[in-house]
Amino acid sequence: MSTAAFPAAVLPTQQIGSEPTSGPSTEQLLELSMGPQHPSTHGVFRMNVVLDGERVVRLKPVFGYLHRNHEKIAESETYLGSMPYTDRLDYICPLTNNWAYALAVEKLAGIQVPERAEYLRVIVGELTRLQNHACLVGFLMQDMGCSGTPLMYAFRQREMVLDLFEALTGARMMCNYMRFGGCRVDLPAGWLDQTKKVLQQFPRFLDEFERLLIGNEILMGRTQGIGVLSKELAVSAGISGPMARASGVDYDIRKVDRYGIYDRFAFRVPLGSHGDVYDRLMIRVLEMRESLGILDQAMRDLPAGPIVDPKTKIRGFRPKPGEAYGRIEAPKGELGFYLISDGSPNPYRYRVRPPSLINLTVLEDLCLGHNVADIVIILGSVDIVLGEVDR
Amino acid sequence: MLGDGILKGLAETARNFFGSYVSRDRLTTIQYPEQRDPQIEAARSFPFLVFDGADWQQGLRCVSCQICEKECPPKCIFIEKSKDKKPDAVGKPQFYPVRFDIDISVCMSCQICVEVCPFDAIKMDVDYDLSTDDRFGGLLLDRQRLAKSNEHYNKIHPTEAAAVDAALAEERAKAKAAAEAKASAAAKAATEAKAAAVANPAPAPQPAAGESQ
Repeated sequence: MSTAAFPAAVLPTQQIGSEPTSGPSTEQLLELSMGPQHPSTHGVFRMNVVLDGERVVRLKPVFGYLHRNHEKIAESETYLGSMPYTDRLDYICPLTNNWAYALAVEKLAGIQVPERAEYLRVIVGELTRLQNHACLVGFLMQDMGCSGTPLMYAFRQREMVLDLFEALTGARMMCNYMRFGGCRVDLPAGWLDQTKKVLQQFPRFLDEFERLLIGNEILMGRTQGIGVLSKELAVSAGISGPMARASGVDYDIRKVDRYGIYDRFAFRVPLGSHGDVYDRLMIRVLEMRESLGILDQAMRDLPAGPIVDPKTKIRGFRPKPGEAYGRIEAPKGELGFYLISDGSPNPYRYRVRPPSLINLTVLEDLCLGHNVADIVIILGSVDIVLGEVDR
Repeated sequence: MLGDGILKGLAETARNFFGSYVSRDRLTTIQYPEQRDPQIEAARSFPFLVFDGADWQQGLRCVSCQICEKECPPKCIFIEKSKDKKPDAVGKPQFYPVRFDIDISVCMSCQICVEVCPFDAIKMDVDYDLSTDDRFGGLLLDRQRLAKSNEHYNKIHPTEAAAVDAALAEERAKAKAAAEAKASAAAKAATEAKAAAVANPAPAPQPAAGESQ
């Protein structure tokens, strides 16, 4: 922490946001660089914060520390060769990344996905949502200073889901499971029974979590009215996912696009009314309950059959020239892949629309006027993964 | 009531503390190097090369087609093709790799080499304690260190290996049948030719006529 000790090249203060219209003169402001090695930033992410006492006057997010050229590398890889790299975008939920990429390529090449593969995708996708949200509520508690125990409770649940992923795909996090026109492997013996067992424990975890924490007065005091995102700003800034829904924007791509087979499942889209951190936390808990319902229906209706379109070639895959944009409702928001093919084995252009990055753009608006300790939970409630923000 | 939440929290802690003495599955810690969790069948760490029989050099299934080298996303495979040929797993004469290196410090265990291999020659291992103090030689595996027997493959991925073995046995039987059919056809042709030769004596050899000119 230092008072305006940054050289102009490191922190060009005149470019950070707009000058405060009222308040004390700039000599009394404190410039603080939070991150990139800060335990609350969920990765290597830096915020240049200008403080008036404890209050945030300006905030400038600085990212790119984890940039690894994902989009450019993909242009020199085959279409299949990018699939394992998509695992590493949002490394908390690799399976939804796989799904979005597979969806874009299938749109580009006009590949049909067999019924069973669609169901498998829904099952692993909703399991991903469960473990991502469980992970997030645990981390948010940690950010609030409720150290250790709630995070471990959430991680205990997440571990069980990761064990299922490992039994199915061979890896806990870098799953590399989806293929163009289906999935890589079928369910191993006993996997569905194991999944049912894990899902039976989930409502109990959620009940316990709500009983202990959601109604807790300290938590309410810390989160209610903090980091309010208005509905208008959420729409105009292109915010998607649980963050938009917490502000009352009824927008869920599972309902809007009905990609895959989501039109076959009955589920509700929970909406918030205040758009504060508490609503964002509650939306995640409610979405977990809805995901459990979708999983029950999908596992009940799972048909037998092939898991991959037999006409899709694994070697020498060359889609016809054209372009496609495939998007899904990832646990963090709208995840899209935009591809242009020129008929060669590698894409001509490959672009990711990451939900974390777009949701992060309103961080300054959320944080203005709040305390330093609130920045931490506001950032936590946005739910970012730096692998996806920086790509 | 004041302190309600604290009491609730402490009750939860106490429940788990005493519960760990009663129920075995609450004790999840194992004594790692001595005790190990059983491996699941789908597990994967790094690739290895499968060989049949006892001699790894003779039995390597790899025919050095270099597809995995081209398809590998981080490009961690290096293959040098042989000049001569040796019989492959089916019995057909094929090239073999004189050099096959995998840099497992670059490999990201994505299994794409396994999926693209048309000869079932490269498979995923499950070995995970691979740390070494030699960061260059120790992590650049050559073909001798990569070669592992088919029995090992059957041990770590039983279902998958059984399917591969069945497919290979079928192909071998087909190749054998084809070879036998070819041999019998050749023998038949030879006997027929002999019979024809006996029936009407061979005409004067043409080349001799050519030579005289």
